[in-house]
Amino acid sequence: MLQFSLWKRALVILICLAAVVFSAPNLFYDRVERHNDAVAQIAAGNDTPELQAERALWPDWLPSDTINLGLDLRGGAHLLVEVRVSDVYADRIDALWPEVRDLLRTERATVGGVRRMPSDDPGVLRVAIGNAEGMQRALEVVRTLSQPMQTLTGIGQQDLDIHEDNGQIIVTLSEAERLATDDRTMRQSLEIIRRRVDEAGTREPTILRQGADRVLIQVPGVGSADEILDLIGRTARLTFHPVVRTTSNGNEAPGPRQVVYPAMNEQGVYYVLEQTAVVSGEQLTDAQPTFDQNGRPAVSFRFNPAGARAFGLYTAENIGNPFAIVLDNEVISAPVIQSAIPGGSGIITGRFTIEESTQLAILLRAGALPASIQVLEQRTIGPELGQDSVDAGKVAAVVAMAAVLLYMGLSYGFYGWIANVALMMNVAMIFAILSLIGGTLTLPGIAGIVLTIGMAVDANVLIFERIREELRTARGPARAIELGYERAMSAILDANITTFMTAAILYALGSGPVRGFAITLGLGIVTSVFSAIFVTRLIIVWWFERRRPKTLNL
Amino acid sequence: MYRLKIVPDDTDINFMGPWKYTFGLSMVLIAASIAVFFAIGLNFGIDFRGGTTIRTEATQPVDVGAYREALAPLNLGDIAITEVYDPSFRDDQHVASMRIQAPDDGEAVSPAVLAQVQSALQGVDPSITFASVESVGPKVSGELVQEAILAVLAALGAVLIYIWLRFEWQFALGAVAALVHDLILTIGVFVILQLRFDLAIIAALLTIVGYSLNDTVVVFDRMRENLIKYKQRPVLDVMNLSLNETLTRTLMTSFTTLIALIALFVLGGDVLRGFVFAMIWGIFVGTWSSIYVAAVIVKLLGVKRDWGKGGDKAGTQFATSSSK
Repeated sequence: MLQFSLWKRALVILICLAAVVFSAPNLFYDRVERHNDAVAQIAAGNDTPELQAERALWPDWLPSDTINLGLDLRGGAHLLVEVRVSDVYADRIDALWPEVRDLLRTERATVGGVRRMPSDDPGVLRVAIGNAEGMQRALEVVRTLSQPMQTLTGIGQQDLDIHEDNGQIIVTLSEAERLATDDRTMRQSLEIIRRRVDEAGTREPTILRQGADRVLIQVPGVGSADEILDLIGRTARLTFHPVVRTTSNGNEAPGPRQVVYPAMNEQGVYYVLEQTAVVSGEQLTDAQPTFDQNGRPAVSFRFNPAGARAFGLYTAENIGNPFAIVLDNEVISAPVIQSAIPGGSGIITGRFTIEESTQLAILLRAGALPASIQVLEQRTIGPELGQDSVDAGKVAAVVAMAAVLLYMGLSYGFYGWIANVALMMNVAMIFAILSLIGGTLTLPGIAGIVLTIGMAVDANVLIFERIREELRTARGPARAIELGYERAMSAILDANITTFMTAAILYALGSGPVRGFAITLGLGIVTSVFSAIFVTRLIIVWWFERRRPKTLNL
Repeated sequence: MYRLKIVPDDTDINFMGPWKYTFGLSMVLIAASIAVFFAIGLNFGIDFRGGTTIRTEATQPVDVGAYREALAPLNLGDIAITEVYDPSFRDDQHVASMRIQAPDDGEAVSPAVLAQVQSALQGVDPSITFASVESVGPKVSGELVQEAILAVLAALGAVLIYIWLRFEWQFALGAVAALVHDLILTIGVFVILQLRFDLAIIAALLTIVGYSLNDTVVVFDRMRENLIKYKQRPVLDVMNLSLNETLTRTLMTSFTTLIALIALFVLGGDVLRGFVFAMIWGIFVGTWSSIYVAAVIVKLLGVKRDWGKGGDKAGTQFATSSSK
């Protein structure tokens, strides 16, 4: 009777011990947090006696994962912004026009005069040609601009859709290219936003892509969402400057309207540049990782019409001179102009690895936000309100726990206290798992834990009531306990599986704080079933084996 | 040792006796809830209709009139200002909550407007600080409404299928009817008390679904067992027996859950109070509906009496083993 194999017992005990050990850091939240901060600082190379002292607040060999507090508990800013991805289509199309024009001009004999026609949709380029018979040739020529797609999803497709409509050439981005562009736009926006938020040096910002065209930004400890908004709405600083000379002295006094910028990847190299930029990052519409003619990783870029014109003029007049590509006041590279670049597109070579060229392409695009953003949701929670909520939640949880423990003890006596041990294990397990998976505790999440404290005893109540019933009919206490567990099981499983399903749905469809609630509720269900079935059972079996009681006073 | 006993060992309460009246009462309450929902409507929070809520804290007492006057020149449309009180507040902690309508252009309220609001309020009372400022654009709030409805429907659908697989279709319909009953009555109470209905309340609704279901499933489980054990007894008798047998457990679990929730209601601060209120209400209606909606529907739909004779093995494995 009451089979409980040794390895199962060992496992249950091990899990309980682990729960206690891994939930413990949360009891010393402040200390552990300071310890973790200090460890991170020291790892980053700032080693001071103060940091070592902070680090010593919590022993290194103990687990130091704690639950993340959600914004509603810690205070901070929450922003949901939408990136207007379609802005990019228009920029891309505008940037294509000079290329289309130049190409068609070379075919002037067959095509005739070329004119850009107005278009209702800024993402569509309409070109009229003077000689209708030349349309086939014109389409042929323009189609050479279309490139096969390089992305995984777009293999075998072209990036441009070029056809004739009413005697005009229509150039649009193909559907596949639009999707790819949207995706790129989102990745760029995330990258820009991340870079900018990181730059502010805030603690643990969360920057997540949400759905097709949204970015969620959560920054704990910021006084107001406006601060973040100022940051991510700021103009980017990517500029192209004429180079006056290079120098190794960073403090060298530059001439009038000149500046000294360091090289990005070379220590001790500085460039003296004309302060007035030839073109700036806002005029860059695209940058892609590519390879130069020697097969080395490089980055191709393309300007919008205004940028292209300025760039073309400048390069034509300055062949043989270097110009600097400057990002955030650092010179990425300063190539020598080999020839005039009239189409507004070019290539940056350097000593890149493929990763670096990919990253540089992202950075180049990140120079300006690729599309405008719109704020959909903005929340600021003051740290005091969060702290008040944490305090209130703590008190409520402790009182709830004490009341439930007392009530169970009064109702079931000794057995009630066994269930209470399981309940405490249950809470420890919830905290341990939340800490280990880096879960976020929100205000509704605290409610979820308190609710779990109330509901967790349900499985034990079911079992105890069943044992009581079985005691009246069954042969002896051992049999009654066994039957009690066995027969209560179907109710326990059905009841908890159905509740778990609602928690799962809440998690899948909810967001933010609601999701936090779903996590604690779902975890609470799993741990409460485990603690009711295994932990109480282990204790009862143990006790039973030692005492061998003839009757149960349940 | 002293034992607290809320229920005597052998109760024989005729729960199902007045089923016509109780079921009728539930139907009337549902009809009333639907009526007030359409007549008065829910007090939706910004999650669902967009707009801005600002929570202010000041050391001076809240003067709603002065706040309103200060904001009037900004032409922000409908502004609702309420004073918030909670026993946990300090003596010099005066909290107010205000809600500003959303602009029509799909964006959240602009930072410039928020700055104006904040400086206008600080003009009234320099001690004002802004504990929280939350804006939701109508675009997002529309989606949140959809997501919320979807979440509730998905939960009901999942329950329907699970109970159908584990029990019988009558039980599935009974359980889902009970859940719908609970949801409608909870919404009814929120309409009548004009409590703010926001995203957290949807979480509370789904928790009520979970709790009520928990209760219903335990009762159903026992009914299934007893229907197999006592093949000849009338259905109402078997139901009564099952309800009496599970009564102690029903009350124990309701009590422990209520204890925990009441602690949270009293001590958990005002931010959570609506959410906790919904759940406390849910414990009551959930327990009630397990008996007087779920069970009654199963009775009305007629229930299979020849359990265990072939078929349905998967669904009744525990029940058949205990009928040996």
